[in-house]
Amino acid sequence: MRGPVEISRRAMLEGAVGILVLPLSASAALATPESMAAAMEEALGKGTPMKAGRVRIELPELAENGNSVPLKLTVDSPMTPADHVKMLYVFSEKNPVSNVVRFHLGPRSGVARVQTSIRLAATQRITAVARMSDGSLWSGAADVIVTQAACLDET
Amino acid sequence: MPATRIVVPAKAKKGEIVEIKTIINHPQETGFRHDNVGRPIPRDIITRFTCTYAGEEVFRMDLFTGVAANPFVGFTTIATETGDLVFEWTDQHGAVTREQTRLTVT
Amino acid sequence: MLLPCHPRESGDPATRLPLPPMRIAWALLAAVLSTFALRALAQEPPRTIAPSDLRSGKEFVSPETRGQQDDLTINPGMLWVEQGDKLWRTPAGPEAKSCASCHGAPSALKGAAARYPLYDARLGRLLNLEARIQQCRAERQQATPLAYESQELLALTALVAHQSRGLPMSVAIDGPARPFFDAGRALYHQRQGQLDLACAQCHDQSWGKRLRVERISQGHATGFPIYRLEWQTLGSLHRRLRACFQGVRAEPYPSGAPELVALELYLGWRAQGLPIETPAVRR
Repeated sequence: MRGPVEISRRAMLEGAVGILVLPLSASAALATPESMAAAMEEALGKGTPMKAGRVRIELPELAENGNSVPLKLTVDSPMTPADHVKMLYVFSEKNPVSNVVRFHLGPRSGVARVQTSIRLAATQRITAVARMSDGSLWSGAADVIVTQAACLDET
Repeated sequence: MPATRIVVPAKAKKGEIVEIKTIINHPQETGFRHDNVGRPIPRDIITRFTCTYAGEEVFRMDLFTGVAANPFVGFTTIATETGDLVFEWTDQHGAVTREQTRLTVT
Repeated sequence: MLLPCHPRESGDPATRLPLPPMRIAWALLAAVLSTFALRALAQEPPRTIAPSDLRSGKEFVSPETRGQQDDLTINPGMLWVEQGDKLWRTPAGPEAKSCASCHGAPSALKGAAARYPLYDARLGRLLNLEARIQQCRAERQQATPLAYESQELLALTALVAHQSRGLPMSVAIDGPARPFFDAGRALYHQRQGQLDLACAQCHDQSWGKRLRVERISQGHATGFPIYRLEWQTLGSLHRRLRACFQGVRAEPYPSGAPELVALELYLGWRAQGLPIETPAVRR
């Protein structure tokens, strides 16, 4: 007779118990869109409206492992002393920490183009915001599906 | 000191855009994982990466727990003059890893 | 396709023994053939995947992961290859000899990894690349041993195998290597663990099919040591094999075990002709 907290062997084999495969512990709270909004406000300040555009995010549609997902960001900007990207912010709506990474650019960058690899805790939307030298904010977003490993690896 | 790898051309023409790629061997431990007896593994991350070129900072990256292990970054800079490219990674404890390479600009 | 968890069946046709009367007939046939060109038959064991159907593991990962592998400027495994290059030139042991002291540049070992595992007659055992490096370090350099899965051994193995990147896998299974090949092949076809699965059932019979969201590969070992996204670091073939044993809930052999080296020889033969990809990037 199974007790109320027992997990059936079948469910375990089928990987229904998600906490066994996620890189996070069960106690790490996943972020919410509200906490991302708070992080964005802290980083970007209030008052300046964010316009969608000029920021291109390249992320795979389907990430086969959330531990490492390649990210490329390009911003449409001449990168001159008069008109350039000063900051590029990347925010997550589901990761335990909403701030993912930030890049400080400038006219010496030549172009606004960076790449890195990020962690994704779950299927979610990633938002990138560029702060221009004139103070304006531009944003882009991409949705990524994050899949779980088929077999457990405890090595 | 953690191992690092820097991929940058040794030479460039003045005005050319140079692609620089760096990677550092570091777990970028989030602090959200537990070991196999349930103890939390403490957070241990690189928090900042900078590149200075002939003494002037030309790129900076602020890293959080959401950057993948063995943090990798690709960025660009304009080849202005022959000079040293100095790369510094700083972790949350303030420890700095420093690497340097020379860029010859013709 | 869900992982099977139904009661054990009597075994699929490929691994089931024939019925007793048939067994006698097979034994007679074998005896007859043994008086003829049995050696010729034994030299070429039957292949479960036709050479034209061979597919590297990189064809079963996402395009982004493939891109990370192919572009050496962003391939994270190259961090270890570069570390290996530094270690290669680092003197060790009482006579301060480095790998370079005897071998010269790492490129001098181009082609070597393609032939491993191999049978060393002087040592009287089958060596994989890791074992060869460990043996060289202990015997030639008299330096402190490098443990399996240590950063140093991974770096040196990655460096040496990387020299053969692009070259076809080409292990020898004849002569004294043959018993090891047979043992490796037997292990590959043996059901094990709570899930009662043999390597063959996923990697020979079900490659290309889905296990949850993942597409099952043919299980070749041409890219090791690999940067595995799941590990968030570089790891050896034996680590990956141990993970597979855990996947079917079987007790894994320890890294470096002769059973795993024998299996490695079988895998090498199975992948004959596929190019070495070290360092590969896998999920």
